[in-house]
Amino acid sequence: MGLDFTVVPGFMDIILLGALWTVAITVASAVLSFFGGIFFAVIALYTHWTVRLPFKAFEWLFMGTPLLLQLFLIYFGLVQIGIDLPAFVAGVVGLGLHFAVYNSELIQTAIIAVDKGQMEAARTLGLSRGEALRKVVIPQAVRDVIPPIGNNMIALLKDSALVSVIGVSELTLSAQRVIGKTYRPFEFYLVAAAVYYVINLCMEWVQRRIERRIALSR
Amino acid sequence: MTEEKHFVEIRHAKKSFGTLEVLKDINLTVERGQIVGIIGSSGSGKSTLLRAINDLDPLSGGEVWLDGVQVNKSLPHRQYEKHINAMRQQVGMVFQHFNLFPHLTVRDNVTMAPKLLKGISNDEAETLAREQLEHVGMLEKIDAFPSQLSGGQKQRVAIARALAMKPKLMLFDEATSALDPELVEEVNQVMKKLAEEHMTMIIVTHEMDFAASVCDRVLFMEKGVVVEEGPPEVIFKNPEKQRTREFLRKHIEGAA
Ligand SMILES: Nc1ncnc2c1ncn2[C@@H]1O[C@H](COP(=O)(O)OP(=O)(O)OP(=O)(O)O)[C@@H](O)[C@H]1O
Ligand SMILES: [Mg+2]
Repeated sequence: MGLDFTVVPGFMDIILLGALWTVAITVASAVLSFFGGIFFAVIALYTHWTVRLPFKAFEWLFMGTPLLLQLFLIYFGLVQIGIDLPAFVAGVVGLGLHFAVYNSELIQTAIIAVDKGQMEAARTLGLSRGEALRKVVIPQAVRDVIPPIGNNMIALLKDSALVSVIGVSELTLSAQRVIGKTYRPFEFYLVAAAVYYVINLCMEWVQRRIERRIALSR
Repeated sequence: MTEEKHFVEIRHAKKSFGTLEVLKDINLTVERGQIVGIIGSSGSGKSTLLRAINDLDPLSGGEVWLDGVQVNKSLPHRQYEKHINAMRQQVGMVFQHFNLFPHLTVRDNVTMAPKLLKGISNDEAETLAREQLEHVGMLEKIDAFPSQLSGGQKQRVAIARALAMKPKLMLFDEATSALDPELVEEVNQVMKKLAEEHMTMIIVTHEMDFAASVCDRVLFMEKGVVVEEGPPEVIFKNPEKQRTREFLRKHIEGAA
């Protein structure tokens, strides 16, 4: 039996609904990973060791273990201590924190690389250290790492398929379900791949627009 | 404490970086509206002295007073932070490398601090930005980013940014040293204009002609001490000290 794409249109609604969930989980996790990344970078660079050391352990957990395990831990593990998160929320928390840790590494390096004359100029005007970080140093650091953060977000999109294992009906799981009914794995995995590709293109387009907007502000 | 009568007063300023003594018992007074120039060879401590005035490089010993208030008074950490931020709002500083905020437009460079620290409205901020940029001849670049400006234009915006906080005192650390020669004059013109408006200024400079033309008084520093100070006519034309004469001779030869 050869390939038969004529079955595809009949199941496109399920695939597209899955795509919608993938977009939702990706956007929500991306936002969490972005602001979380800034927050973690500030913790890593500017807090007392009593805060910083526990944070390092947390960071190791998210960088040194498989994302799949982290998702299981958040979805199935936390229930035992009374935190029962819906699958979607657990997925966003897992993906978001996982990538926040990676974004934080980028942002930390970028904060350190901001010319120290910037902090001085801000302090000279009367800004406190915190105000200077918020208004002057961090915006520049973040701006400098938009391209690598963008790459992390593309990786996040691809890893969002992992939340299928905790039962979020995103694109990959939707494709699997359709395959379960049609026994057409090749067709529907290809369709899913094409949809991922389109989402990917959209994300790259957004990233290029952001980069163009900030090009002048260097 | 001591009765305060000078506008700026630095008493027995000492500063060491590790074992290197950079300032050795410096005394300096500046009256309201005065313009004081600081000259001296590289590494003599000029920037360190200037930066001690707003506590950017805290002194190891000695006192800095501004308008009757001690800048570097000893306070518990949190209180000191509040105090020093308030003091710094009154002292404008202009750096050799401009240090404009590259992620902000010219307008926002000028208004960021006043908006944040003085809580002025957007309308007031707009008026302030226009006023200050007009003053330095940069109004037409109000929407530009720093990356779109020449060095001279950047420095003029940096001056406007400092002036927007309505400082009592302006500090200039080699404001024109990083500029191409043809851009120096436009910045000097702005500084001369401030001088005519009786802004109190302390100017570290390598430009002897400029110092001679705007300063009321000039200090010559060497190895962390003030070797000689006096009116520019005396310092540049007829200095008392041998070391001052040597510096000026070398400096003029070096420039030629
Ligand atoms: N943060 C620092 N740590 C260690 N040494 C420093 C520091 N800042 C300045 N110095 C040293 O202090 C001395 C005086 O420096 P300062 O910058 O005040 O000199 P300057 O007169 O402004 O020189 P220039 O004309 O080159 O700007 C120099 O020997 C310099 O290397
Ligand atoms: Mg210097």
